[in-house]
Amino acid sequence: RGVPYQTVTLIHQSMVKRLPEHVQVDDPAVVKRLAKKLERQQIPLRSDYGYKVSLFSHLHQYSRKAPLTQLLSIPSTVIHPSIVRLGLQYSQGIVAGSNARSVALLHAFKQVIRDYTTPPNEELSRDLVNKLKPYISFLNQCRPLSASMGNAIKYIKKEISNIPSQCKEEEAKTKLLTCIDRYIEEKIVLAAKAISKYAIEKISDGDVILVYGYSSLVNNILCEAFEKSRKFRVIVVDSRPRLEGREALRRLVQRGISCTYVLISALSYILPEVSKVFLGAHALLANGYVMSRVGTSQIALVARTYNVPVLVCCETYKFCERVQTDSFVSNELDDPDDLMVTRKGKTQLENWQDVSSLGLLNLVYDVTPPDFVDLVITDLGMIPCTSVPVVLRVKNLDQ
Amino acid sequence: MPGADKETDLTERIEAFLADLKRGGSGTGPLRGSGEMARETTYLLRRITAQARWSSAGDLMEIIRNEGRRMTAAQPSETTVGNMVRRVLKIIREEYARSRGSSEETEQQESLHKLLTAGELSEETFREHFVHLKANVIEAINELLTELDGTTDNIAMQALEHIHSNEVIMTVGRSRTVEAFLKDAARKRKFHVIVAECAPFCQGHEMATGLSKVGIETTVIADAAIFAVMSRVNKVIIGTQTVLANGGLRAVNGTHSVALAARHHSTPLIICAPMFKLSPQFPNEEDTFHKFVSPHEVLPFTAGEILSKVNVHCPVFDYVPPELITLFISNIGGNAPSYIYRLMSELYHPEDHKL
Repeated sequence: RGVPYQTVTLIHQSMVKRLPEHVQVDDPAVVKRLAKKLERQQIPLRSDYGYKVSLFSHLHQYSRKAPLTQLLSIPSTVIHPSIVRLGLQYSQGIVAGSNARSVALLHAFKQVIRDYTTPPNEELSRDLVNKLKPYISFLNQCRPLSASMGNAIKYIKKEISNIPSQCKEEEAKTKLLTCIDRYIEEKIVLAAKAISKYAIEKISDGDVILVYGYSSLVNNILCEAFEKSRKFRVIVVDSRPRLEGREALRRLVQRGISCTYVLISALSYILPEVSKVFLGAHALLANGYVMSRVGTSQIALVARTYNVPVLVCCETYKFCERVQTDSFVSNELDDPDDLMVTRKGKTQLENWQDVSSLGLLNLVYDVTPPDFVDLVITDLGMIPCTSVPVVLRVKNLDQ
Repeated sequence: MPGADKETDLTERIEAFLADLKRGGSGTGPLRGSGEMARETTYLLRRITAQARWSSAGDLMEIIRNEGRRMTAAQPSETTVGNMVRRVLKIIREEYARSRGSSEETEQQESLHKLLTAGELSEETFREHFVHLKANVIEAINELLTELDGTTDNIAMQALEHIHSNEVIMTVGRSRTVEAFLKDAARKRKFHVIVAECAPFCQGHEMATGLSKVGIETTVIADAAIFAVMSRVNKVIIGTQTVLANGGLRAVNGTHSVALAARHHSTPLIICAPMFKLSPQFPNEEDTFHKFVSPHEVLPFTAGEILSKVNVHCPVFDYVPPELITLFISNIGGNAPSYIYRLMSELYHPEDHKL
């Protein structure tokens, strides 16, 4: 009578992934379980800050003024110092942007591996993975991991578990270090070169290109296109409260590219001049949605209304097996105090905590539906948004 | 001589008003609300009617038209001034027609027959002198002032018809009309308001503090998050600076993005605008539509040397086409955008559209 019942449940359990903790903050059982796990790993638990909007009660909201490192005892024996430094850099926003965070993470892990010694009666392949687990929890507490970081960590864990047991320690460590270097070289640096090559074909003379915020990849593409003597000008759109576009503006102006700068509220004014929109991505989800900095979906929507092509540039290591249809179920809430602004010496929202019915919402990411995106440029070529699961399948078969 | 004193007093007041208009427009957002502007203009026009020298309706209309031209030239983006001038001109025409005894309807309709047969009857019909015209006109202007005073309350009274419990309402920036509208509904119903802060002036912050003080659950979001949260919003209720003759809007920048996001999610877009904001202008994207303020709001001088190499724009207004709008709520009730042209023909005379 078909497949036996036990086999069906086994298949079901292996296919359904466990929901990550950071989107279940409203479930007290999950929070308790996390607290126990962190206690076992000797990592302090970070507490939420401020009034959370009810729609987002399932997410964490931390304050930048209370970093996790303040709760650590000095010297901390459990967590490697380079990881502590990295966690602080993440939580204060010093290292930001998915590529930068991944590269910083990999360099920190290289340092960890260099300083690692296998304890007696233990195998390197198992012990090192267990050593990395509390570090990852710590970094997760400082700032939720990005999809690119998640993929990098999966790769490292796989490489470590594949080390044969008869391998000597020094040899194993060198092998791991070269693996990490190769990962950075292939997936990030060379991928950026490949994407630039494809993207430059799409830039013609006389173009007016719109970019949003600061994406290291898009900046790279524009600088290379300018080196190859393409004539274009750039419009940088920025938004409060992060104002990352100013950094992009600085770098482009230094190269000599002529730029215009506006805020996202002036988008409808500036779009009739634009010929192309280049956007960066934080992750590409398996159902074709693009997860990127908040505001990207708005730009794609208004560009679609004015019939301006939208091109998303994304390396394949940011492709993610998750699916998501709106920006609520999984997101990151940044420090709500960032929304406050002082104009003419007066800060309107200064005492927002005292007013019980007032909440500030500082979203970090949003998802753009695939019908707003015309093309995705990856290191494997130019694909439509809906081909993301195909790329993921090909990658899985490779590995 | 008392007559000369009155005249100099009048010209002084007009000059002071013009200077005020010029000053008020340059800088960080409107210093006064449009309602106040409309009232001030009407007071001034009433004073002109009372104190200026005129003998026939045509003279008065000429004086008011001249002053109106000067006022609109002082601050072209402040359309309520021009609207009030046109209202007063229509009042004068009506009072004149009533004094002459002719019915109003025959004047209104420009039938083909009338155009062919009565070609020479235009300006000169306003030459007759009537004794009580001045008093009648001043009384009608007083009625106009009462109407202006009651607009916000009239709009707020309709709030309960449009807002039900447990709704999530989105609004943009700060509008006194929308604030009164939401506060009136909050007396009886519980709902949630999301306010987009509207950079760079961030008037949304003031709106949020005002709403939360009366106990409305308010959330402030950045402009970039408008599309992200729109899927959970039931209605978008906003105010506007001007309602254009085709039913479109000239509203604070960022409104077009909100309207597009609302259309994508099929969320109704409701505009709360009093009738004095209705202007007979059509959208003209080329030169007179946009108004810019100092770009240091967007990129401050602390940005350093890149300032000289970068173009920075800070537009104040956005055009929203009428297809994106669901409903207009004004002091005379709710209307669809396709009906705006009709309301306009009731408020203004076609010859006054160009002052």
